[in-house]
Amino acid sequence: MRLATRRRLGALAVLAPPLGWALLFMIVPYAIMFAYSFYRKQAFAFVPDLNLDSYVALLLDPQYSQVLLRTLKIALLVSISALVLAYPLAYFLVFKVKSARLRLFLYMAVIVPLWVSYLLRAYTWKTILGNEGVLNSFLVWTGILSEPSSLFIYNQFSMVLTLTYIFIPFMVMPIYTALEKIPRSLIEASGDLGVPPALTFLRVTLPLSVPGILAGATFTFCLTFGDFVAPFLVGGPDGTLVANTIQSQFGIAFNWPLGAALSIVMLAIVIFILSVSDRFERAGRLDLA
Amino acid sequence: MSILEVERLTKAFPGGVTAVDDVSFGLAEGEFVTLLGPSGCGKTTMLRMIAGFESPDTGRILLGGRDVTDDPPYKRQVNTVFQDYALFPHMSVGENVGYGLRIAGAKRDEIARRVREALATVDLLGKIDAKPSQLSGGQRQRVALARAIIRRPKVLLLDEPLSALDVKLREAMQVELRHLHQKLGITFILVTHDQKEALVLSDRIMVVERGRIVQSGTPSELYENPASPYVADFIGTANLVPARVLGAEGDLLVAAIGEERIQARRGGRDFAPGAEVLLAIRPEKVLLEDRPDALSATVTETMFQGNSLRLKLELGGGAPFAVDLPLQATLQQTRPPESGARIGLRVDPANIIVFPAEPRP
Repeated sequence: MRLATRRRLGALAVLAPPLGWALLFMIVPYAIMFAYSFYRKQAFAFVPDLNLDSYVALLLDPQYSQVLLRTLKIALLVSISALVLAYPLAYFLVFKVKSARLRLFLYMAVIVPLWVSYLLRAYTWKTILGNEGVLNSFLVWTGILSEPSSLFIYNQFSMVLTLTYIFIPFMVMPIYTALEKIPRSLIEASGDLGVPPALTFLRVTLPLSVPGILAGATFTFCLTFGDFVAPFLVGGPDGTLVANTIQSQFGIAFNWPLGAALSIVMLAIVIFILSVSDRFERAGRLDLA
Repeated sequence: MSILEVERLTKAFPGGVTAVDDVSFGLAEGEFVTLLGPSGCGKTTMLRMIAGFESPDTGRILLGGRDVTDDPPYKRQVNTVFQDYALFPHMSVGENVGYGLRIAGAKRDEIARRVREALATVDLLGKIDAKPSQLSGGQRQRVALARAIIRRPKVLLLDEPLSALDVKLREAMQVELRHLHQKLGITFILVTHDQKEALVLSDRIMVVERGRIVQSGTPSELYENPASPYVADFIGTANLVPARVLGAEGDLLVAAIGEERIQARRGGRDFAPGAEVLLAIRPEKVLLEDRPDALSATVTETMFQGNSLRLKLELGGGAPFAVDLPLQATLQQTRPPESGARIGLRVDPANIIVFPAEPRP
């Protein structure tokens, strides 16, 4: 056998398992979902009668656009609050903690919750914010409140809070990495050229950490966008997100075509966000070496 | 008056390493001074304290007569050329060079004029809109220089600026640095471990050993009159041959290497007979001569070095010794000695420097 042929066969052997995996567990399910979105619901069955009814319903029925908008809003709020909390933390870890061991310890302290079950972490907030929860008990005990308040939970605030808590490691990690990659000499050079620290941050550190911010924001946004557990546990009546709606279409509402269409719309939005963020990332990609 | 005065600077790092140990020196305006020493000797820490990136434990730094010891870097009228150049990757060459002026609030057309001027000085005007990542190592080096001189600092600090360049480019940049220094008239402090670079560039070299300046002088002073075996071996190369003092003959000292006698200049020092000494002899200041009073040696290895031939020898007493023979047209006919050959060496007493033997630990 010629060397080139052998190489090609070898490459195929290496590539086949991952390609097969992606095909079987990603492409095929998406294709099935895509196909279902054009089905029609008939009594208690779905018939492959190609039509756009589900998409039209999504467009015309305001409850779907409302839930989509609400989900986008929550995802945006979670991303922003995660960024506001995570950036100073990552900055502090990278630039202010002098001891490498302490830095690693604190960094791990941020990451470790990811090893804990998602449900457990979401439940934690239920026990903190709930009517009989830690926060209410404390406020009543100190006399600040005369009786437990129901303002803390089952609303969008509690949902944003919980989701921010759950997804913040995904914001800290890329920002931390981006900041750590900035050569210290760049920051020193800025000072050397007569620029005080605050301006150095705005002109050098911040612009060079934008890739990390973008990556973190993309993570938290997309993860929130597809979440259905937090709304279920702490969301309350005005806290339903797209994923919950999809779930109910496949469950109680028993309208798979509509659920499938909603899934496809959601997928399209996520892909759009990823490609936009990727474009920004490419445009700002810098050679730090 | 000196433009920069460093007084009794000391700096210890956590862990108890004293990086800079009671260092004082002054620089005249327009001087080109080199801090020369091996890596880890504290020379970079000295530079970083002058720039303001590190603060000294004790001591003062006066810049143009003003105490700047407690000033942050951005308030000091010094600029640094960093070892890795530290160009801002998100700015163009022109933006990099004009960065300091822009933040300082200079007028747009003035910035443009001075950026062009600085880039013209380093002959890189054509790259004003390029990104640093599009430049070669030598070009980045020039941008770093242009950026550092645009604000006309009182002192320009250069932290191993040429170490990342290949040999040819490094030599070309050495010449350019000299010209730049002459053109600008700014005081330069260069930190390097490359003794050749120090010899070529400096008006004055300060040799640093373990946080201290062990000798300061012009390149030729240091080369001809090193103050210690360390300096003798660091600037150029030197054979350091252990010997025993036999006595004095006028201005000359007579010593014994093994069983053989050799004369050396006293250099103002007095040595008692019987004292252990080190003789510093440069490889290129040795003649091959087969005379009865010559030092005898055995050739162990010969190495071709292009313009010279290095002979590795063993002296009568067993000490290693190196000799460089220049390969001039006339000498090329004579066959160099081969391995195992016994030869005679003669050294002019004026070319032997005597040091007291270092106390054994």
